[in-house]
Amino acid sequence: MSRADDLAKSGPAPPSLIARLRDNDLAASFLASKTTVAAGLIALILIVAGLAASLIAPTDPFNPAANFLMDSLTPPRFVAGGDPRFLLGTDDQGRDLWSAILYGLRISLMIGFLSVLLGGAIGVALGLIAGYAGGWIDSMIMRVADVQLTFPAILIALLLDGVAHALLQKSNREETAFLVLVAAIGLSFWVQYARTVRGSTMVEKNRDYVQAARLIGLKPTRILVRHILPNVMGPVLVIATINLAIAIITEATLSFLGVGLPPTEPSLGTLIRIGQNFLFSGEWWIVAFPSLALAVLVLSVNLLGDWLRDALNPRLK
Amino acid sequence: MIAFIVRRVFASIGVMIAVGLIAFAMFRYVGDPVNQMVGVETSVAERAQLREELGLNDPAIVQALRFLSHAARFDFGVSYQFKEPVADLIGARMPATLELAFVASILSLLAGIPMGVYAALHRDSALSRLFQALSLIGISLPTFLTGILLITLFSVTLGWLPSFGRGEVVRLGPWWTTGFLTVSGLKSLIMPATTLALFQMTLIMRLVRAEMLEVLRADYIRFARARGLSESAIHFRHALKNTLVPVITIVGLQLGSIVAFSIITETVFAWPGMGQLFLQSIQNVDIPIMAAYLLFIALMFVIINLVVDILYVSIDPRLRASLHGMRG
Repeated sequence: MSRADDLAKSGPAPPSLIARLRDNDLAASFLASKTTVAAGLIALILIVAGLAASLIAPTDPFNPAANFLMDSLTPPRFVAGGDPRFLLGTDDQGRDLWSAILYGLRISLMIGFLSVLLGGAIGVALGLIAGYAGGWIDSMIMRVADVQLTFPAILIALLLDGVAHALLQKSNREETAFLVLVAAIGLSFWVQYARTVRGSTMVEKNRDYVQAARLIGLKPTRILVRHILPNVMGPVLVIATINLAIAIITEATLSFLGVGLPPTEPSLGTLIRIGQNFLFSGEWWIVAFPSLALAVLVLSVNLLGDWLRDALNPRLK
Repeated sequence: MIAFIVRRVFASIGVMIAVGLIAFAMFRYVGDPVNQMVGVETSVAERAQLREELGLNDPAIVQALRFLSHAARFDFGVSYQFKEPVADLIGARMPATLELAFVASILSLLAGIPMGVYAALHRDSALSRLFQALSLIGISLPTFLTGILLITLFSVTLGWLPSFGRGEVVRLGPWWTTGFLTVSGLKSLIMPATTLALFQMTLIMRLVRAEMLEVLRADYIRFARARGLSESAIHFRHALKNTLVPVITIVGLQLGSIVAFSIITETVFAWPGMGQLFLQSIQNVDIPIMAAYLLFIALMFVIINLVVDILYVSIDPRLRASLHGMRG
């Protein structure tokens, strides 16, 4: 991509943004599929809703003083016995579920993005180093990757989470839960990036432009970051999108299992965990709405990932 | 072929030793084993004595070797929380997990392969589109949500199936309890197994479909058609056979991950298996159980990997030829 950009720069004046979008294969294939457009819109709405949670939400679910136990287990507004103050009802602590879902959405998205960023950064860096350096550095990194790949990511995340719990003091577990989750999920995903980037780096490093860069005496770090990296980023983006969906699922799963975020700081998974206790007593809304939000979020991200994979795969064109 | 197997076996042993060292590091350096084992009122002298007895003052390399040799004999020490040998705790829960994983694997294969074949052969039919849509939902729906959905439908609303536990179990010999022989045991198995199978099933279906579409484009399919073979002979004798070769690898690995994913299913359905034990050990920082579970899963994956590799080579003649080429 960047080589094409460089060529474009040396040529006549670059076309306007709109013209580029119109001619861009990616944008065209995005607009061609109604499902993809719908998924993109829904994902955008959910992301904006999560980001603006503190503006949209009627109450602050993290503030125990703002919630009253006497409001607990109120059904949604549109059901008999509902309270007009609570659109989707309340949970067992009297928290407004609509507000809790918005805040939960924000936490789920933040952990998702940050852990994808972390895993991606580690994986891409190690992949570049392994592919470029070769030799024992390469085989050491790839052996570690092989061993990690033996286990499903969710298990790695669980283990890292458990070890972190053991290492940290009980008292600051709640404050560190967020960071522990990001680290555990991020570290469980780096292998895929590393393998992909390593493969393309090994191809790229023999290309003329890398040889040329080496000849004029550029440092390896500069060659890796400024010259090779832009040319191996395509597949990384696809992996990242698909991983975002998996990261969101993993966070929700860990929180649901009770080793993720604490009930005082509910993510979607934590809310579902709380709601599961009320399945048999008839308070269906506590589990239903967070589940719906989670499923829609993951589905839309997955659809975007599918589209991106197909759009960037030259074999399917 | 023999050389290949030997090489793979050595690689597997290497992986197991690496995982064993990680487990040892967890056991030894995450938290202090002595403080975990004794009560608050234990004196400093008693603690020092226990430390000496456990060999925690020995050089790290000696401790690591001792840990590995004990682990090789399934001796993982005593659980901090239950004060019982870890091997017994895991052994008592293993049948529940393995029965669940077994049924889920069979289910996902029996449903996933035919669905994938159908979706590939009838690409644009309505049913294929439905399968595709279902598979996307299956991949997007976290396992625990599937479980909750099933409980809501079949336990809460319809009241047909139990929502937790294994039902009545029958003891077979000293090591095994089975839920296969009682009605309540079988009924209890339906929802957890379906939940666990669903995700794998969608993966298998997508994989079989993609592979089959690829194979159907190959030249030998066109020639088979030119020879006037019937469609069903082409599809099932030529195409399906070649589709299944790469499918075996991934399906094999997927079956391994079923046991890992059963952690989630077991929690949703309060299934008394190893996954639940592992989760409890994470919540209670019970390192010996965590270390033992890690080693167990690693052993299982390594064995599955090995079997898959060997199967792969013995099924695919091209690979056998390339191995012979390599050996000269």
